[in-house]
Amino acid sequence: MTPVLDTLLDTKLFITLGLAAGLPVAAGLSIQHQMAAPQEPAAATVTIAPRDFSYRMAGDFTRAGAVADAPLTQHRLGKSVTIMKSQVTAAAYDECVQARACRPLTQVQPPRPDVPVVGVSWEDATAYARWLSAKTGEVWRLPTSAEWSFAAGSRARTETIAAEGRDFSERWIAKYEQESERERTADRTPQPIGSFGVNENGLFDLAGNVWEWTDTCFTRQALDAQNKPVGPATVNCGVRLVEGQHRTYVTNFIRDARGGGCSVGAPPTNLGFRLVREDTRLIDRLMAGLRRMAAPFSRLA
Amino acid sequence: MINRRKMLISAAALSALMVAAPALAQDLPGLARVKVDLVAPPFVHAHEQATKQAPRVVQFKMDIIEKEMVIDNDGTKIHAMTFNGSVPGPLMVVHEGDYVELTLRNPDTNTMAHNIDFHSATGALGGAELTLVNPGEQAVLRWKATRPGVFVYHCAPGGPMIPWHVVSGMSGAVMVLPRDGLKDEAGKPLRYDRIYYVGENDFYVPRDENGKFKSYGSAGESYPETQEVMRKLIPTHVVFNGRVDSLTGKNAMTAKVGERVLIVHSQANRDSRPHIIGGHGDYVWETGKFNNPPEKDLETWFIRGGSAGAALYTFRQPGIYAYVNHNLIEAVELGATAHFKVDGTWNDDLMKQVRPPEPIGAGDKLGALSPATGSHNH
Repeated sequence: MTPVLDTLLDTKLFITLGLAAGLPVAAGLSIQHQMAAPQEPAAATVTIAPRDFSYRMAGDFTRAGAVADAPLTQHRLGKSVTIMKSQVTAAAYDECVQARACRPLTQVQPPRPDVPVVGVSWEDATAYARWLSAKTGEVWRLPTSAEWSFAAGSRARTETIAAEGRDFSERWIAKYEQESERERTADRTPQPIGSFGVNENGLFDLAGNVWEWTDTCFTRQALDAQNKPVGPATVNCGVRLVEGQHRTYVTNFIRDARGGGCSVGAPPTNLGFRLVREDTRLIDRLMAGLRRMAAPFSRLA
Repeated sequence: MINRRKMLISAAALSALMVAAPALAQDLPGLARVKVDLVAPPFVHAHEQATKQAPRVVQFKMDIIEKEMVIDNDGTKIHAMTFNGSVPGPLMVVHEGDYVELTLRNPDTNTMAHNIDFHSATGALGGAELTLVNPGEQAVLRWKATRPGVFVYHCAPGGPMIPWHVVSGMSGAVMVLPRDGLKDEAGKPLRYDRIYYVGENDFYVPRDENGKFKSYGSAGESYPETQEVMRKLIPTHVVFNGRVDSLTGKNAMTAKVGERVLIVHSQANRDSRPHIIGGHGDYVWETGKFNNPPEKDLETWFIRGGSAGAALYTFRQPGIYAYVNHNLIEAVELGATAHFKVDGTWNDDLMKQVRPPEPIGAGDKLGALSPATGSHNH
C-alpha cells in the first residue's frame, strides 16, 4: 500500500470509527485511557507562553499581478506552545518502525538516541506523531510554520530578497546568490543533539544541518496594498513548508530533498522533524483514545 | 585486491616496447615556439580566435597527479588520476597547422604508469605508445594539428587500466581552431566573447552493504570493486568538471545578455546530450569538427562517448540557466548539471508572465480568456 493511500485510509477509518462509535463508546475509551498503565515519559519539551513575535508569513504572495514579498507581521498565537527541545532521534523513530507504525528508513541510519533521524518525509513524521500519540495518550503533531517560527525565535529565518519593484531576472539572480551563500559542501552527517547550539527558548539545533517539517501547506495569496488578502488563496497540501536554514516547500512523500538540477535552488541538506504537544483537554483525550483504537488497523503489513 | 607489482611489471613491459623518447633538441628550427600555461577548467587559457601568424610550436607542460578528490556533496571520495591536478584536464587551444609539444611528467609521488592518447593526433595510438611514463619519469611528445576541431585526450596505459584511468578522471580536450577562426555555414566568421570548457565524467563508486559509498586506502585497493561496478555500465555519478555542483552556486559560469559564449563539451567514455534549459545552441558543431558546417538552432546536441563538441550561444535573457546532460536522471540524480548566471535586462517580447499563478478563472475578469469561455481570435 502506498503511504498516501495508507494515510487516506487511516483518516477514513478514523472518521468512520468516530461516527460509528458515538458518545458512549468514546466515553468508554476515555475511561480505558484513565485506567491505562502509566505512560512512558515522552520527549523533553519546553512550553513557551504566548507573546508577540515577528513572523514572516508562509506562502507565495502577489500584489497587482506581480510577485510580492511575504508580509512580515507582528503575530501572537492564541495559546502557549509545548514543543520538543530536540529533533526526534534516530532511536525514537526506530521504535516506531519496530512497532510497525512507521516505514523503515531508505537510507540506513544507526538507531542512536542522541542523533536526529533524517531522511524522513512529512508522511513519516505524521505517522510517527500518530504512533507517539497512541502510545502516550497525548496529542502530538507537527508544528505549524507559525508555531515553529515562534519557538525558533532568533533562529527563525525572516529575511527575504527585496522582491518588489525589481526586474524578474534580478530577483531570481538575487535569490540564487542568497541560496549559493549557504555552504553546500558542509558535512551532511546528522550530528549529536546540541551540536548546533540552543536558542533562547531552550530548543536545540534549529537551523543546523537538519531541516524540519511543518504541517503548513503551500498557499498562494493575492494581497492588496495594505497586505490584506484579495480573493481566495490557492492551497496545496500535497507539499508542506519545511523550516531550517531557509524556508522551502517539499512534496509530502519526499524523504531526501536534494537534487537541485533544473529547478535552480539549494535544497535542504536533511529532512527531520520535532513535534508539538497539544494541551490535554477532555476532547483531546477522547480523540487520542479513538486514534489508539484505530492504530492497530493502520499498521503496515 | 590489485597486484600492484604485476601492474608495474606490465607497465615496464610496455615501456620496453616503446621507441626511444624523442630528443629534446629543437628540430623545427624555422618555427616560432611559444610556451602556454594551462588553466583549470571550466576556464581556458588566453588564445587568438583567428591568427595571422605562421604555424608555430605550442609548448604545454602537464603534471599527472594522483590524489583523493571529493566528487559529491556527501563527501564521497575517489582516488582520482588527473592531468595537471584537475578533472577534467585542461583544454589546450592551438590553430590548424601548429605543432603541439607536450611535456608529460609523472612525479615520483604517484604510484602508477600513465600516458596520453590525443584523438587529435595521428599515429602511435594518439601518442599513447610514445608517452608511457612511470613515476619519476617524463616524456615529450610533439604532434601536428592537422584537423580543426575539438577533440578528447585521455590516458590509455594498456588493458583494463585504460577504462579505469579514464573513469578515474584522466581525460581532457584539445581545440584546434582554423587559422582564420570559426565560420558559419556560409563561411562568415563566428566569434565568441567567452569560452567555457565543460568536461563530463562518469564515476563508478562501489557501495557497502548499507548502500553507502565506500572509500579505500589507495587506488589499488579500490580497483577490484570499482571494476565490478564499471562492468555493469551504470555510473554512480555523472558530473561536470569533476564533481557534483562544481559549476553551480558560487561557481556558476557567468555571462551577460548579448555575449556570445562558446561551450566546449567533452565526454571521454560515455554518450551525453547537452542542453541549455531556457536557451539553445545557435551554432553547434555536434561532432566537434570545424571543417563541417555548424548546425543551427539546436535544442539538444549529442556528444558521442569519446568525443567533444562545441556550441556557440548568445544569451538573450538574463537569469539562471541550467546546462544539463538531458538525460534528466543523470542531470538531477547523478549530478550532470551546471548553471549559467546571466546578467542583463529582461526582454518582455521574448517572454512575459502575463498573469502569475492564481486560482483558475481569476484572470478572466482582467481580460485573459480561458479556453472554456472563448477565444481572442474570433
